[in-house]
Amino acid sequence: MDHLDSLEAQSIYILREAYKKFGKLGMLWSIGKDSTVLLWLAKKAFFGHCPFPFIHVDTTYKIPEMITFRDEMVKKYDLDLIVHKNEAALQAGMGPEQGRLVCCKALKTDGLQQVVTRYEFEGLILGIRRDEEGSRSKERVFSERNKDSEWDYTNQPPELWDQFKTDFPKGNHIRVHPILHWNEIDIWSYIERENIPVVDLYFAKEGKRYRSLGCAPCTGKIDSNAVTIAEIIEELKNTKVGERAGRAQDQEDSYAMQKLRKDGYM
Amino acid sequence: MHIDRETLKIVVVGHVDHGKSTVIGRLLYDTKSLPEGTVDRVKRISKEKGKPFEYAYLLDAFEEEQKQGITIDTTQLQFHTQQRDYVIIDAPGHKEFLKNMISGAASAEAALLIIDANEGIQEQSRRHGYILSLLGIQKVYVLVNKMDLIGYSEESFNEIKHTMNEFLSNLHVFPLKYIPISAFHGENITSRSEKMPWYKGESLLTALDLFEKDKGLEGKPLRFPIQDVYKFDHRRIIAGRIESGALQVGDEIRILPSNKVTRIKTIEQWVEKDNHQSASAGMSVGITFEDEFFNQRGEFIVHAHDTSLVTDIFKASLFWMGKAELVKHKEYKLKLVTQEVECEIYSINKAIDATSLETIENADSVKTNDVAEVVIRTKKQICIDEFKNNQHTGRFVIIDGYDVCGGGIVSGLANEIQVHTTLVKNDRLMVVTCFDEYYFVLSEGTIQKVLGRPHTFGVGDAVPTAGKTYEYPDNIDVLDLPTQLVATIRKSRLENIIRLREYGYDSVPLIDSRGSLIRLNSKEDLSKLADDLDRVSAAENTLAAFANKWLEFAKFRRIRFLQDNQSSAVEYQI
Repeated sequence: MDHLDSLEAQSIYILREAYKKFGKLGMLWSIGKDSTVLLWLAKKAFFGHCPFPFIHVDTTYKIPEMITFRDEMVKKYDLDLIVHKNEAALQAGMGPEQGRLVCCKALKTDGLQQVVTRYEFEGLILGIRRDEEGSRSKERVFSERNKDSEWDYTNQPPELWDQFKTDFPKGNHIRVHPILHWNEIDIWSYIERENIPVVDLYFAKEGKRYRSLGCAPCTGKIDSNAVTIAEIIEELKNTKVGERAGRAQDQEDSYAMQKLRKDGYM
Repeated sequence: MHIDRETLKIVVVGHVDHGKSTVIGRLLYDTKSLPEGTVDRVKRISKEKGKPFEYAYLLDAFEEEQKQGITIDTTQLQFHTQQRDYVIIDAPGHKEFLKNMISGAASAEAALLIIDANEGIQEQSRRHGYILSLLGIQKVYVLVNKMDLIGYSEESFNEIKHTMNEFLSNLHVFPLKYIPISAFHGENITSRSEKMPWYKGESLLTALDLFEKDKGLEGKPLRFPIQDVYKFDHRRIIAGRIESGALQVGDEIRILPSNKVTRIKTIEQWVEKDNHQSASAGMSVGITFEDEFFNQRGEFIVHAHDTSLVTDIFKASLFWMGKAELVKHKEYKLKLVTQEVECEIYSINKAIDATSLETIENADSVKTNDVAEVVIRTKKQICIDEFKNNQHTGRFVIIDGYDVCGGGIVSGLANEIQVHTTLVKNDRLMVVTCFDEYYFVLSEGTIQKVLGRPHTFGVGDAVPTAGKTYEYPDNIDVLDLPTQLVATIRKSRLENIIRLREYGYDSVPLIDSRGSLIRLNSKEDLSKLADDLDRVSAAENTLAAFANKWLEFAKFRRIRFLQDNQSSAVEYQI
């Protein structure tokens, strides 16, 4: 087994544990590279079938190409997709001009919480990785959230030898992170090896490309001439810039992500 | 190429403030493995908080951690040398975060145990050393940190080395190297320190590359625990991860514990390029069988010629991190790979204070953060290996309520444990066989006794008043003829154990310890019985005469018929 084989095998093991253990299970798909890899892994884990729905929490501020790509993928892979918007917040005029953290909380965190409550999910699969950011580096593979989706990061369950937390009080849910152990280069190497479709925004046009995708107003492009995956990988090997440097909400506060994630942000 | 490189996971452990996060922060900084801006961000935070710059802040991402200068939870960070990639796991040193330390350490292949040169071996140095030994991590370097505080003294370094070596060898942890360092000043981290010319070994970074990765899970016997069975389409796929060994299409395999034998028909896949005829350790696969059986999660697939260990009782070493103490005879859940089963701690042979190594023999409980040698009995038969033979199938966790509260390794078979059921109160002990079953074996024309599950019942414990071939009233007294002790059982629970002389007949049926009713109708009968009992000698005729006079075997018992002398009827046997 090479490096990508073992990453894949571990992720599939985690996905199958989640499927076996939780009655109501859903997978978050943000349309970005990580959650698209996750979608691919789920197809592999269940031999072309996917026995749970995908969820897209739509802030309505996404880059339009992402929505086009989303709808193409749904058709191509026959996905069961739940698209959810926090309509109440949007009608009340929520947007990044209200403050980025406030907007993220309302449209993403609260939006997600509404989905969890409506569909009574016991398990939510997410494509976060440890190397993205400090508070994610401390995550568990199976991570409990209380009924308000809050994360008690000062009291996380022990996680030994792939014995994950699957017992929890009713009303709580578990966030499952099958690609927590991957890094950014792993993701691109796997996309290349498996020939996984990804949204075109990652490839450079006129000297710029997106490295991390989010909402249009808060996601910046980086300088790049990488037009192939091989070039992206080469670029990443030599970069000294953090992956999420282009994400404006992270820069709002020294502990922005920790604060967002404590309340249930993905 | 990146994807062909080897990855090694290393955990950094040790007492609080001995410098774990600093060592890692320094390694990352000196090998330029940090994204641009990370150091600036930490400098900014340090300034905001009015504190000097700390390498530890690079890892302690939580606000609380940076403010209080402690690591709460484990972090994993990647960095690489020319030779390979590393995942470095930073484990908290505070006792209250021991469960996080263990979470980090459990996934590691190698460990760096850090000792503050100035403070020497402390409580968590010892406890972490113990846990490394329990987790079976044998690749250990001891880093003697803060050498600057002791003037880079060779003599002091050697002293610490000898003390630590003596302690660790008791735990069967034998460090491969001792390296004197000063993490804060970067001495002996990426290159040899000029401050310690007496040290002839490698710098930490060079030494890391000398750790050799474990190999050989592929070469061990096949262990494929079933994770799930899928029927999404026409295929009935057995899904799971191969924990050790390898399998091929056409292999004759055995499914345990049911002992069914069949062959592997296919290895399934979604993408055509993944189509293979064989698979080996570490792979998550799906297979189909030639014969379709009812299969379920937790069953073990091994090769047909192989006999994995199937048992419901075994010896184990474990560490306990539950909020409540681990106690004997309480019902817990045990998880071993994909097997889940109810279990009890049958005995605690030794409870060990992990910091002083102080040992309590035959304890009743294990305190939080301590370790123990125990015998575990599971309700159903499970498949296990001894940890020394197979790490993956020789380790388990124990769940109390919603939480993983213990972790342990299978250390051996429990073949020297008690065979008899006993009733105990303080120093009074009765061996009883009244919970054994009797069968008439038709094919042999003999009566076979099947031992009840040997168990020790203390005061307050529920006893099995109803079995397959007996049924006692909920209120009953048991007389052990040899010791003349009487156990009183009320509402199916052991209430007391008293001497026959203290016993007063009060209409509650009295049985002997084999389960026969003792014919008593009055207080006078009781004193006659006591007199007769005193006259009973070892000679068989007096014993038989006594039994014929006083005992009625079939009052609460019946003998059930059995076709053959099937071992399956024997529910429990050592």
